[in-house]
Amino acid sequence: MLIRRRLALFAALAALVAGLVACGSSEDKDTLTMYSGRIAPILSPAVKLYEDASGLKVKTRYGDSPSLAATLTEEGKNSPADLFFAQDAGSLDAVEKKGLLMKLPADVLAKVPKQYQSTGGFWVGTTGRSRVIAYGEQVRESDLPDSPLKLTDTKWKGRVGWAPTNASMQGYITALRLVEGEDVAKKWLEGMVANDVQVYDSNIPIRDAIAKKEIDLGLINHYYVAEAQAENPNYPVKVHFPPKDLGSLINTAGVAVLASSDNKEQALAFVREMLSDEAQKYFADSSKEYPLVSTVQAPKELTPIDEIPAPEIDLAKLGDLQGTLTLMRETGAL
Amino acid sequence: MDAAAAGRALGRRLPAARVFGLRRPPFILLGLGLLVGLAAALPALYLVVAVFDDAGAALDSVLTDRTLGLITRSLGLALAVTASAVAIAVPLAWLTVRSDLPGRRVWATLLTLPLVIPSYIGAYLFVSALGPRGALADLLGVRLPSIYGFTGAFLVLTLFTYPLVLIPLRGALQRIDPSLEEAARVMGRSHREVFRSVVMPQLAPAIGAGSVLVALYVLSDFGAVSIMRFNSFTRDIYIAYQSGFGRTEAAALGLVLVLVMLVLFTVSARVRAARALHRVTPGAPRPAQPVALGRWRWPALTFCGAVATVALVLPVGVLLYWATKQISSGLELGALATNSWHSLLAAAAAALAASLGAIVVALLSVRYPSFVTRIVERAGYAGYALPGIVVALALVFFTTRVALPLYQTLAVLVFALAIHYLPLAVSPIGASLVQVPPRLEEAARGLGRSPMAVLRTITTPLVASGVLGGAALVFLHALKELPATLLLAPIGFETLATDVWHQTSFGFYEASAIPALLLLLIAAPPLYLLSAKGSVAS
Repeated sequence: MLIRRRLALFAALAALVAGLVACGSSEDKDTLTMYSGRIAPILSPAVKLYEDASGLKVKTRYGDSPSLAATLTEEGKNSPADLFFAQDAGSLDAVEKKGLLMKLPADVLAKVPKQYQSTGGFWVGTTGRSRVIAYGEQVRESDLPDSPLKLTDTKWKGRVGWAPTNASMQGYITALRLVEGEDVAKKWLEGMVANDVQVYDSNIPIRDAIAKKEIDLGLINHYYVAEAQAENPNYPVKVHFPPKDLGSLINTAGVAVLASSDNKEQALAFVREMLSDEAQKYFADSSKEYPLVSTVQAPKELTPIDEIPAPEIDLAKLGDLQGTLTLMRETGAL
Repeated sequence: MDAAAAGRALGRRLPAARVFGLRRPPFILLGLGLLVGLAAALPALYLVVAVFDDAGAALDSVLTDRTLGLITRSLGLALAVTASAVAIAVPLAWLTVRSDLPGRRVWATLLTLPLVIPSYIGAYLFVSALGPRGALADLLGVRLPSIYGFTGAFLVLTLFTYPLVLIPLRGALQRIDPSLEEAARVMGRSHREVFRSVVMPQLAPAIGAGSVLVALYVLSDFGAVSIMRFNSFTRDIYIAYQSGFGRTEAAALGLVLVLVMLVLFTVSARVRAARALHRVTPGAPRPAQPVALGRWRWPALTFCGAVATVALVLPVGVLLYWATKQISSGLELGALATNSWHSLLAAAAAALAASLGAIVVALLSVRYPSFVTRIVERAGYAGYALPGIVVALALVFFTTRVALPLYQTLAVLVFALAIHYLPLAVSPIGASLVQVPPRLEEAARGLGRSPMAVLRTITTPLVASGVLGGAALVFLHALKELPATLLLAPIGFETLATDVWHQTSFGFYEASAIPALLLLLIAAPPLYLLSAKGSVAS
C-alpha cells in the first residue's frame, strides 16, 4: 500500500535524523573550544597554524568580545570554553575580574611588553592596534579634526560612521570615561547621536562605506585600512591619527585560558603558538597589526607604534564594560 | 487553524463535555499531549520566571520612554507594511483569479514565490541595489537618499510579505459564489459597485487573516530591520542581549513584545470568529466568468510584471550575478557542503519533531475535545506567538540555569525550531484528521482493537498526507530561521542562514550569494510539494 510505504519512509527518515542528532552532539576529546571576539576572516588562518602544528581541532564560537565576556560570566565554571580570544583588553579584564581565568606561566608573559598584558598575568596581548579616524580621499587633510571629541561638530553631521556594538569601539569609550571622565564621555555620545552618526555592524563595512563615499569619516582600527592598501595602493581611504585628547588609543587583542578548562596544556600551547614568530608574522603581514613579540618586525608601511600620538593608559583597567554599555544605552548610542 | 475550528465545532455539539470530555482519550495520548503542551509553553513560562527573578531591574528597564518608542515604531512599521501589502495583494489576486489576464496561472506562481526569500537576504540585496552608493546610484551617477531606517524596512518587508495576503485572498476569490454578483449585476449595479458592495465584504475575512500574518511577521522579523538599521523591538532585544550585561532587560523587553503580539492575536481571533459567510447555492461552486480587461490589459500586465521583477527576478538575478563572480574567484566547497548539511539536518529534525508533536495535539483537539485538550492546543500555539529571538533567549536562560547538560547542543536548537513552528504542522494535520470519519475508528474499536492500535492502524495512515504537508511547512520555515539559530546553534555549527548573515555583516556580499542560493535551492522541493497540494497558505 502506498500510504504504508510512505509511512515507513517517514519512520526511516525519523530514525536517521534522530541518530544524526545524537552523533552531532557528542563531545570530541581532541578539540579545543574557543570563544573569539576576533572575526573569522582574520583569525582562522592563525588558528590553522595551531591545528597543523598540534593535530588538534579548534572549535570556535565567534561573536562580539563583550558579549562573549558576558556569556563566559554567565556560564561560570560550567563554560565549555578553553580559550578566550578578545578584540580588546577590556573584555579580558572583565572576565579576569570574575576569577575565571588561569594565571599564565612566566615564559609566556615574558614574550610581551608589560603594558600589553594583565597586571596579574591572567591574559596576554597578541597584537596592538590603534584607534584611528579613517577618511576618504575627498576630505582635505587640513579639515581633519585633531581630536575625536570634535566629531560632534555640525560640520560632520551625517558624515561619520561608527560600530557601537563592536568591542574596539566600546573599549574606546571605556577609555574615554577613564581619561576624560563620565560627563565628557556622556556628552560626546549624545553629541555623536545628535550629529546623525551612521551605524555599522563592524569595522569593514565602515571602511567600505568610506571607499564608496557613502560617508567621509569612520572610527575604526588602523589595520582595516592598511590591509586594503596592501591589496590596492590607490585605495581611496586613508588613516588619520588624531593627536589630542584620547587621540589614537592603542589597544590590544589578547588571549586567555579559562580556569575551568580541562585541557589547559593544549590551551597553553595555543597561546604559545599565537606568540610564535610564525603567527606574529601572519598578524603583521596579513592583517597589518602591530606584533607584540620583539623578534618580529612591524610592517614597514605602518607608522611605527612609538610614533603614534596615543595617551598613556593602563589597558588592564578597561574592564568596566557594564558601565560603558549602560551609558551607551542611556544616550541612545546602542 | 482548521483543527481549532473543528475542535470548537465538536465541542459545541457536546455541551456536556466535562473536564476530560465525553470520549476519554487514551491515557498515553493524553500524557504525550500534556508533555507537548508543556514543551511548547516552556519558553514563555521560563521567560516569566527569569524576569520575575529580578523583577525590580526588569521593571526599571522596561518602564521607560524608550520602550514606548519601540512599541510605537514597531507597531507603526507593522501597520504600514500591512496596509501596503494589502494594497498590492488585492489587485494581484483579482487579476490572477477573476480577469482574463494572459498567463494567469504562471503569474500566480511567480507572484507567490517572493515569500521564500528570507527577509535578511531581501534586505541586503536592497541595500546593495538601492543604497546611497548602491548599483542604481552607480548607474545613474548620483547619490541617492539613504534607504536605511523606516523606508528600507518598509519597502523590503512589504515586498516579501504581500504573498501572505495574496494566498488566502486568491483562495477566497476562487470560493466566492458568482451567483451573488450576477444577481447584483442583474439588478443594475456597475462592475465597480458590485466589487465594493458584494465582493469586498466576502473577501474581508481573507484579507483580515492575511493582514494578521503580515503584522505578526513584521513584529517578529529580525533580519530586515537589522540590516536596514531600523530600531524595532526585535533588534533592540538582540542588541540588549548581545551587549551582554543587559540580559534581564532583553528578557523583559521580550515579554513586552509577547504581550503586544498576544493583543494582536486575540483581536484578530475575535474579528474572524464574528464573521461567518456562506454560499447561497448548494453543490460545488461554479467558476466565475473571467472579466475581460480590454484596454486595461497592458497596465495590468505591467503591474504584475513590475511586482514580480522587483520582488523575485531582481533579487535572484543579483544573487546569481554575485555567485558567478564568487565562483570565478574560488569557492570553499568544504564549508559550503558542511553548512548545507547543517541546515538540512536542523530543519529536518525540527520538522520531524514538530510533526510528531502536532499529531498528538491534533488528535487530542479534534477527536477528544474537552477543557484539558483545549489547553494543550492553546499551549501548542505559544511558541508561535513568540518571535524566534524570544524563544531562543528563553531557552538560553533555561539551559544555562536549569538544564546545563543540554546547553549549546543541537538538541536545544532543534527543540526551539520545533516548538516555534509546531502550529504550522498542527493545522494541516488537524484539517486532514477532520476528514477522517470517526466511524471508521469506532468500528475498529468495536471489533476489539485497543485505542492505540486504532491510532496506529487506522488514523495514522489516513492522515499521512496532512503530516507530510505539515512537516514540509515546518522544514521550510526552520530552514530560513535566523535569530534563534544565531543564538542557539552549537559552537562551530554554521548553517546556510547564519553563514549568509555573517558574510553580510562583514560586507562580503558576493561571498554570501552562494549560501543564499543554496538555501533557496534546498527550499524548492518541499515548496513544490506544498504548492502541488495547494496548501502553501496553511
